Amino acid sequence: MALSGVMRPGHTCIRVLEMEPALTHYVDHMGLIKADEDDQGRVYLKAWDEHDCFSIVLREADSPGMDFMGFKTYGDGELDRLADKVRASGREVEEIPAGELTGCGRRLRFEIPSGHLIELYDEKDYVGNGLGRRNPDPWPRGLKGMKVNRYDHCLLYGPNIPDNIEFFTQVLEMNLTERVVTPDDTPMVAFFSCSNKAHDIAFVHHDEPNKFHHASFLLNSWEEVLHAADIMGMEGISIDIGPTRHGITRGRTIYFFDPSGNRNEVFCGDYTWYPDREPITWDAEEIGKAIFYHDRKLNENFLGVVT
Amino acid sequence: MAFNITIDASNDAFTCAEGQNVLAAMERLGRKGIPVGCRGGGCGICKVQVLNNGAYHTLKMSRAQVSEADEAAGICLACKLIPEGDLELKPIGVLRNKLLDYTKTL
Repeated sequence: MALSGVMRPGHTCIRVLEMEPALTHYVDHMGLIKADEDDQGRVYLKAWDEHDCFSIVLREADSPGMDFMGFKTYGDGELDRLADKVRASGREVEEIPAGELTGCGRRLRFEIPSGHLIELYDEKDYVGNGLGRRNPDPWPRGLKGMKVNRYDHCLLYGPNIPDNIEFFTQVLEMNLTERVVTPDDTPMVAFFSCSNKAHDIAFVHHDEPNKFHHASFLLNSWEEVLHAADIMGMEGISIDIGPTRHGITRGRTIYFFDPSGNRNEVFCGDYTWYPDREPITWDAEEIGKAIFYHDRKLNENFLGVVT
Repeated sequence: MAFNITIDASNDAFTCAEGQNVLAAMERLGRKGIPVGCRGGGCGICKVQVLNNGAYHTLKMSRAQVSEADEAAGICLACKLIPEGDLELKPIGVLRNKLLDYTKTL
């Protein structure tokens, strides 16, 4: 078995200022499916090609941003083995009982050096992607808007990037895939993979801890990225930049904002990562090209606008 | 009905239709003067101080960006600012990031 330990980003809880416009955005415009709602008023969403019962949780609050991001682990005993490693690294681990998020097993939560709350879990109700497991169709009928396939990764902003690199590679056993360094070799940006993807989580240095840059969703093709941009035009969605290409990860992308100012990305086409690859390094002087390969210039909003 | 919006410390001026937010009115006319961020009341980049005693109301904004005391003192986010009269505004939003600071030293 190839994939074990931390397997994939499984969920993210995003704070929104008002639930109704948020649901119009995430469900009607992006094409996520409303899966559930709990007695706290949190709304659970899934993308059509996910098999677990939810990936995005929306919580109404008086400031936007991210509450926490959860990774699903795979393999017998892996959840507790990794939680023990987190404790051994000197971090407290909070155990959240099964069912606190509807359909999710117990979650083991800890704060990482950049100030974000990350949690691990290994059970979530399996509902399938709606196509069945015998002679399935390639996609379901009735998808809305951008028809995003699945939740893919988050980019987070905060301090202590070198400590995050140590934590994610040594404790969570993820791979560093790409980084941006200053001439003295200080990392300012770090991308990590726990799988075969170019990124499952990424960080950019920022003085203020625990900031949210974006949650990203996968599309099938460049044509679908253009289609998503058309939806943004039709629906008056606030666009940040794109469609364009990243230098880092090579992803083809467009960035936009939800009605509360949280940034989203839809993208296609990064490369296939294998753990025997060596990481890529970008010089900070080339940050413009590293981030937006066509513009090749510094984008102040992309580097400074966060929730 | 449209209201006149003037930006302090620059020559920028534009009109804002009734019911429209100030930032959208500025962007629609291709004008500048207030920095544009998320356009959703979340990031705080378009924060302004209302300088005159003009009438306006605001839609829900991030409390992490505009406190109740700020709001009482006429501070708000231009993307959530709906004029009910002519307004004179001073942009006070700050875009801060270490990587951005670093590139400015090159």
